[in-house]
Amino acid sequence: MIAENLIKTYDKGKVRALDDLSLDVEEGTVLSVLGPNGAGKTTTVRILATLLRPDSGVATVAGIDVAKHPDKVRKLIGLSGQYAAVDETLTGWDNLVMFGRLHHLGKQQSINLANELLERFSLTDSARRAIKTYSGGMRRRLDLAASLIVQPKVLFLDEPTTGLDPRGRMEMWKVIEELVMGGVTLLLTTQYLDEADQLADEIAVIDHGKVIARGSSDALKRQVGGERLEITVESDDVAKVQEIVTRISRHATHVDSRTVSAPVSNGAGALIEALRALDESKIHPLDIALKRPSLDDVFLSLTGHVAEETVIEPVKKKRGGRW
Amino acid sequence: MVNYALADAVVITKRQLLQLARIPELLVFSTIQPVMFVLLFRFVFGGSIQTDQPGGYVQLLMPGIFVQTVAFTLASTAIGLAEDMKKGLIDRFRSLPISRGAVVIGRTFGDALLNLLVLAVMALAGFAVGWRPTSGVMKVSLGFLFLFMFGYALSWIGIYVGLSVKEARTVQSVGFLVTFPLTFLSNAFAPTTGMPRALQYFAEWNPVSSMVAACRQLFGVENQFGATANSWPSQHPLETSLLYMLLLMAIFIPLSIKKYKNTSH
Ligand SMILES: Nc1ncnc2c1ncn2[C@@H]1O[C@H](COP(=O)(O)OP(=O)(O)OP(=O)(O)O)[C@@H](O)[C@H]1O
Ligand SMILES: [Mg+2]
Repeated sequence: MIAENLIKTYDKGKVRALDDLSLDVEEGTVLSVLGPNGAGKTTTVRILATLLRPDSGVATVAGIDVAKHPDKVRKLIGLSGQYAAVDETLTGWDNLVMFGRLHHLGKQQSINLANELLERFSLTDSARRAIKTYSGGMRRRLDLAASLIVQPKVLFLDEPTTGLDPRGRMEMWKVIEELVMGGVTLLLTTQYLDEADQLADEIAVIDHGKVIARGSSDALKRQVGGERLEITVESDDVAKVQEIVTRISRHATHVDSRTVSAPVSNGAGALIEALRALDESKIHPLDIALKRPSLDDVFLSLTGHVAEETVIEPVKKKRGGRW
Repeated sequence: MVNYALADAVVITKRQLLQLARIPELLVFSTIQPVMFVLLFRFVFGGSIQTDQPGGYVQLLMPGIFVQTVAFTLASTAIGLAEDMKKGLIDRFRSLPISRGAVVIGRTFGDALLNLLVLAVMALAGFAVGWRPTSGVMKVSLGFLFLFMFGYALSWIGIYVGLSVKEARTVQSVGFLVTFPLTFLSNAFAPTTGMPRALQYFAEWNPVSSMVAACRQLFGVENQFGATANSWPSQHPLETSLLYMLLLMAIFIPLSIKKYKNTSH
């Protein structure tokens, strides 16, 4: 799956959702597209899944141009969009049978498949209830089930765990991992680094419609600086603590009023070392913590700005010269 | 591919019927409203509208209410489609390898079936309050066929509106904005003879008027005309209605299917 130099604008060019975005996903691997709200994740997925035409650029899935042969592409892909797209008034079973029929499976085959999928996604007990009564996690699972009617070669999951509680997320991860083991090529968007970390072979970080970094999760973390040791103390002790942290980290420290922080490689070891040193110097920390890099940190280090929504200011036309 | 197109459309239609089965209230309310109109007009206005129509005002009224009710298909089709779009269901359908117009064709089938039921219930309600068509089974059936087709033709405008507007609540307003003036600036509830002359001409060319006049004729009732009595649509309501329906379908079916293919948020 390849996307080359995709550009997509909305509102007659006022909103530049994708700004020369290029991606590629090797067959049988998982690419996670990581980015904040408004980065262009959904737009990218919609273009690749034949729902949207880019203003320019070319996208191919399994070697087929999505703009030229959407029908062929649709036979190969499964899509589970950002918001569960199933018929709320119907039951889970109704929905899956309907999608089976729309994939031109026979009646009995559709029914068997619906039962199988409900079983596989632990929805058998609620199969005969209207989707309206489902929890967010159940809805998500059903939506995913609906995108697996015909074993898709390529699967798109747009923020599959956003809005789920920790248990729901773990369940969803398990389901996705099983799918990946089955050999599907997966493009997964997420706002969470740990999710990308858990599920993806490769991560592409996007912001303002551009890929700003890509690589394995380890490589990205290295770029971000891995874990950070963070110690907060009384103002009098800041200088002394800075000395200690520098010694342990061997990197430049960052001081923010009374908090001293620096990247560390062996987190747990560094923490023990720091505690020991503080104790020896008779310094009582107000707070001490190991911070794992968050999406914010990735953004901070990659873009120099905190993750934010893309708001494009209208360009004010300058008139004439100065007066 | 063509045989699939029909099969796909039928799946979509079945889904709509299943919705009605799952929420029976929907069905109850879509039939209660027209029945309520029958009763309101029959007993509230019927008493004060003077007519020398044998059998009373209700004979003139029923064709009007039938046409008004099927005209509202425009709004209900549009709203249903807009809701599906909003929920992302249309996106999902579009990501499936199903044939091009199936999703919208399926919806027009579903709304048409619902119309059949609504017409049947209204006919019963009309019968209960004294409506007695006098023209014989053939002509009455033809009248209902006209009503059914008119609803189906308007359903396609509804598809176009639903795909264009996207927001269900706006669609509702647009639907009523179109259908209310059309149904009231017509001969449906009162003879156009009482209207200012300019409006009489508008009413005469209004498809709703042609339909109402056609149905009256088919149900065995005399139409009343004022200034426009000699015009072609007044003289040939059946032909005019048929032309309108064919014209609407010839325009809006290809337009809607094209729009559906190109729609993206
Ligand atoms: N239909 C639309 N009309 C106008 N602007 C749009 C439309 N869809 C998206 N945008 C804009 O395009 C940009 C990218 O949107 P997109 O939905 O792709 O982001 P995203 O990464 O999926 O965000 P989120 O995490 O919130 O889902 C945003 O600035 C958004 O406001
Ligand atoms: Mg999104």
